[in-house]
Amino acid sequence: MTGVGVGRTRVPLRATYVGMLFLLYFPIALLFLFSFSENTVLNFPLRGFTLDWYREVFEDASLIEAARNSVVVGFAAATLATLIGFAVSVAVVRFRFRGRAGLVGLAGLPLIVPFIVLGVSLFLLFIFVDIPRSLATIAIGHSVVAVPFATLILLARMIGLDPNLEDAAMDLGATYPTTLRRVVVPLMGPSILSAWLTCFIVSFDEVAIALFLAGGDPTFPIFLYGQLRFAQRLPVLIAMAVLLMIGTVTLTLIAFRLGRRRA
Amino acid sequence: MLGRRGALRFLAVPPYVWLGLFFVLPLVLIIAISFRPETGPIDFDDPWSLSLVQYQRVWDTPAYLRLLGISVLMALGIAGMATLLAYPVAYFLAFRARERAPFYLILLLIPFATSYLLRVMAWRLMLGGEGAINSFLQFVGLTSAPLDLLLYSRAAVMITLVYVWIPFAALPIYAAMQRIDRGHQEAAADLGAGPWSRFWRITVPLSLPGALAAFFMVFIPTVGEYVTPSLVGGTEGFMYGNLVQDFFGGAANWALGSALSVIMLVVTLVFVVVALRLVDVRRVAT
Repeated sequence: MTGVGVGRTRVPLRATYVGMLFLLYFPIALLFLFSFSENTVLNFPLRGFTLDWYREVFEDASLIEAARNSVVVGFAAATLATLIGFAVSVAVVRFRFRGRAGLVGLAGLPLIVPFIVLGVSLFLLFIFVDIPRSLATIAIGHSVVAVPFATLILLARMIGLDPNLEDAAMDLGATYPTTLRRVVVPLMGPSILSAWLTCFIVSFDEVAIALFLAGGDPTFPIFLYGQLRFAQRLPVLIAMAVLLMIGTVTLTLIAFRLGRRRA
Repeated sequence: MLGRRGALRFLAVPPYVWLGLFFVLPLVLIIAISFRPETGPIDFDDPWSLSLVQYQRVWDTPAYLRLLGISVLMALGIAGMATLLAYPVAYFLAFRARERAPFYLILLLIPFATSYLLRVMAWRLMLGGEGAINSFLQFVGLTSAPLDLLLYSRAAVMITLVYVWIPFAALPIYAAMQRIDRGHQEAAADLGAGPWSRFWRITVPLSLPGALAAFFMVFIPTVGEYVTPSLVGGTEGFMYGNLVQDFFGGAANWALGSALSVIMLVVTLVFVVVALRLVDVRRVAT
């Protein structure tokens, strides 16, 4: 705002923002402190600094296994959703065809269905067609809810892409698939990565659908949800969650930076 | 050699197939199942029959409808509060933060990137009988015994969910505010409008699509919540989603659970259709 002759109200906006940040970080910071405390209940004053909970994380095979499962599911779901989002963006931006509007609508629709409805619907579908529930069924469910995110990110980038570059490649004798692979994908690289990371994070953190679609192997949020009843397990779980948080925050920051660079 | 037109098939068909199989088909299936008469787990080898008995049962059970009403009201309240609290934050980012806006935005988003369950847990620890707020109050001597009212209540569910969604709600509002032409503000100022008048007559109307988008981006996931209520809500904070979950878990009554799910889907869609009539989505979705 240039602010020429534009007076301002005295509403303390910066203070509101800082206060909101404090409110948002305080509970997380408290958990962080708690994960270094000897107590298994959160009591003031905190006493007894320890790294035992973090050591226990690495001794707990089922905990590590659950985190590994989450990575596998997130990888599969993000890859599927990004492929679908990419195909939808190219088809919708570069082609006129029957069912074009329907395709964009379909790719955005999972966003407006409550997760529990989609979760129980897929639960019934997998029973109906006799597919045993497993990590694969969780990945399928997550791929569906991640498609709108991938599509929104990739569609925005595809609209900004100069179609002449593709025409030039084809004039020079490239087939369309080659053009996509050698011209479109590299140009969209950062957005594709940003979409993939966003989908990965969506899947990695998702529990409401996963609870209905899990077989014997839990993902980390499912494992966490199941163990929360046991108070004495809490510090170890929080220590693990803090470790994973560092990972997802890093991924989010990368996705965010990549997303901004396209502008 | 594969031409451009031929490639379209490989681009448009797989998304249609994947979403058809794992998004449209399950929804069609659950609608079909909601018309089956069984009252337990369903054996799909049994013949299909059409019956309205499940919907009749929902209609005849005031507790279900009441819970649906309460959950919708809770979701409306949570979405409203998250949007109102996010609005000044988005305003600060869009109009006051200047070149530091991206950095301030990242600071706001980091809590959102933190595990959802972890943030819910944080509030359980804050509100609990042996939790941070209680033990802090006792530590500083304001109370001598733990206050019971904090955890396992409807209020606890609402506080936790508002907390969880504030950063997310700020995003579409911020995006809408960024698109407001600053020339409008200056023109209004030149014509003698004061800061409040400019805010109410320019900024608010032009950022309204973003605020409505924020509202529904919180409302839709919240109305079907069952995880948060089960962790901080206790019996009083029980939501409609918990009822549905129960019929697919412990109580195993799939057809009734399906009918309840279909009702929730219809209610959500009605709200979305109303929202779409209020806002031009294409201006909001960037």
